[in-house]
Amino acid sequence: MSLVDQAAVNEGYDVRSSELHGLSQRGGSVETHVRFGKKVYSPLISNGNVDLIISLEMLEGLRETAKAGKQTKFLINDFVSPFQGSLTKEEIKKQLGELKNEMHIVSASDICKEKLQNEVVSTIYLLGYAVDKKLIPIKAESVLKAIEKLVPEKYRDLNIKAFNLAK
Amino acid sequence: MKEILLGNDAIIQGALVSGVDFVSGYPGCPSAEIGDNFAKIAKEKGVYVEWSTNEKTGLEAAVGASFSGLKTLVNMKSFGINVCSDVLFPLAYTGTKAPMVIVVADDPSCHSSAQSEQDSRGYAFISKIPVLDPADPQECYDFTKLGFEISEKFNTPVILRTTTRAAHQRAIVSFEEAEKKERKIGNFVKNPHQFSTMPPRVLEMKKELLEKLKKISAYAEKSKGNKITGNKNAKIGIITSGVSFMHANEALLELELNLPILNLGIFYPLPEKMIANFLKGKAKVLVSEEMTPYIEKEVIRIAKLANPKIKIFGKDILPEIGELNPELLCIALAKITGKKFKKFSAKTLTLPKRTAMLCEGCPYWYILPTIKRIAPEGTIFGGDIGCNMMGALPPHSMYDYMFCMGASIGIGHGISKALQPASAQGSGVAKKVITFMGDGTFFHSGVLGLLNAVYNKSNPLMIVMDNRITAMTGHQTNPGMGKTVMGEDTEELQIADIAKSCGVKNIRVLDPINIKELEETVKEFLDKKEISLIVCKRICALLARRSQKAKEG
Repeated sequence: MSLVDQAAVNEGYDVRSSELHGLSQRGGSVETHVRFGKKVYSPLISNGNVDLIISLEMLEGLRETAKAGKQTKFLINDFVSPFQGSLTKEEIKKQLGELKNEMHIVSASDICKEKLQNEVVSTIYLLGYAVDKKLIPIKAESVLKAIEKLVPEKYRDLNIKAFNLAK
Repeated sequence: MKEILLGNDAIIQGALVSGVDFVSGYPGCPSAEIGDNFAKIAKEKGVYVEWSTNEKTGLEAAVGASFSGLKTLVNMKSFGINVCSDVLFPLAYTGTKAPMVIVVADDPSCHSSAQSEQDSRGYAFISKIPVLDPADPQECYDFTKLGFEISEKFNTPVILRTTTRAAHQRAIVSFEEAEKKERKIGNFVKNPHQFSTMPPRVLEMKKELLEKLKKISAYAEKSKGNKITGNKNAKIGIITSGVSFMHANEALLELELNLPILNLGIFYPLPEKMIANFLKGKAKVLVSEEMTPYIEKEVIRIAKLANPKIKIFGKDILPEIGELNPELLCIALAKITGKKFKKFSAKTLTLPKRTAMLCEGCPYWYILPTIKRIAPEGTIFGGDIGCNMMGALPPHSMYDYMFCMGASIGIGHGISKALQPASAQGSGVAKKVITFMGDGTFFHSGVLGLLNAVYNKSNPLMIVMDNRITAMTGHQTNPGMGKTVMGEDTEELQIADIAKSCGVKNIRVLDPINIKELEETVKEFLDKKEISLIVCKRICALLARRSQKAKEG
């Protein structure tokens, strides 16, 4: 999400984001909040105020719907990280289907695995999708500029491919 | 320059532009990026960087460097200040020679912390050391610079108290690029009058410290670290500290209010005159600070003389537990101003809870279930801080107690002694204590608990998971690895050897993937009348995967 931060700055916005470290690698769920606009104060998004929720995993996407306002759009990776007692994909899709919010369920992990032999960039694929479908008011060039600036050379091509793949 | 910086990286820039020479500390969340990222640029920027064995040795190292004329930065998470407090208090008395900033990172809501929800600002009162409280990455940069300025001017250490939402916030920061410099060699000029805290000199030092504080107070009154924004003529005001300044601004936008905010970037010493002036002419004031109402209590005291009729709001309408956010500020301000605000009612979804757990392939997966399975009923299990913390959560749910670094063996010794009959050591103890800790924790403080258990004759079974790295905090180097954070070779300390020279008689080193050997060793050691130790040596699964990728890529 530092790509979104940088892309927003590239377009002249003020931006603040808040992240949590540590527990995500150990299977807990972590949230990153990104806010950009003319002037931003708090790095935290209030419940009900979020414009877009991007979720890398389905159950967590469903969990986030509790905080959704009517305007909140969802972009969810069609991917489950299962655990004992978790819900099935079908069960999750059913519950997501009951909501009135604009919902995009995209097989980012599968597509990246198939076309790029790399699942880690599924986040970038989702970002490309969000930009292409105008779920985020950010131009593709701004993100590509951000990738140039922030991604180490050896991974740049892969990231650019993943971003463009969603078009 | 204007760049998006993480709060912790902004601190690094602030330290560099202040000419820092020496960086020490111990990794933890949300401060670890400071030491890690500093180490990456250490050689290029002419700075010495170390991960010390714990926060006490880290602060002591910095004291030595400061006394030798080097500018120092220490970094640790909240609980670290507890560990180094024994050094901190005399340091206020001696003062620093070259300036020193100590970063202490609190974690309201305990996103990545066990132990307690600690408000480290409180240390200001006992230690009498200035504390700065940044609200965002720009203030992380500015206050690091301010900290070095105050430290240099008054020969006092300065604590920079961050929180997760400032340290792990990304925002645009205006900063200067630091000039290149060569690594500075220190010079120790003897000064026992100033560096040695013997009585009765120490009482004289206390008097000097109190005098010094008066001067720092006067300085704080004029400092840019504290500022007032908004409509100064309004009858209702807000006093904020730290990231709640940002949330308050957001709330004012949401409620369409224009109220003055006094943001206290300097928590200690508080600018009392500035506060008194802010209170005058106002009918109501909201004190917005996370966790403990330290500032609120001071404001109540100051108001008695400055404006006895003013109504002060604080922890009666804001929570004392958990972090603040814009919504909580909206609710509080709505109550005070009479503005309408509709709280968002989140839906209640009953979904299966996802808890954190050990990584795929983690050696603890071999150890915890095996020992849980074969330990006799009633065995007492002690947990510690680090990856083994996961043992407290499902599916293991094993630990009977869990406190702070090294406490698994420390408390384990106490339970072991308490259950021991008064007759000769270890005879007929029915219930065994089994403790778990990692290699990082062993070097941090576990070894001290081990010493006590040997010396005072208890018989817990101590398990040390040596996964060749300090993992939970982001894979930092430790003394068992033979490498410093700056990448230099050094002694590779062996946990088993240390235990042997500490008098532990029953020691086994094994690879936990050999479950049968682990089972047999545990069964054998369950009967031992003295402390025993099993060192489970197997590389962290994440580290193994990354090293493999590095080899291939």
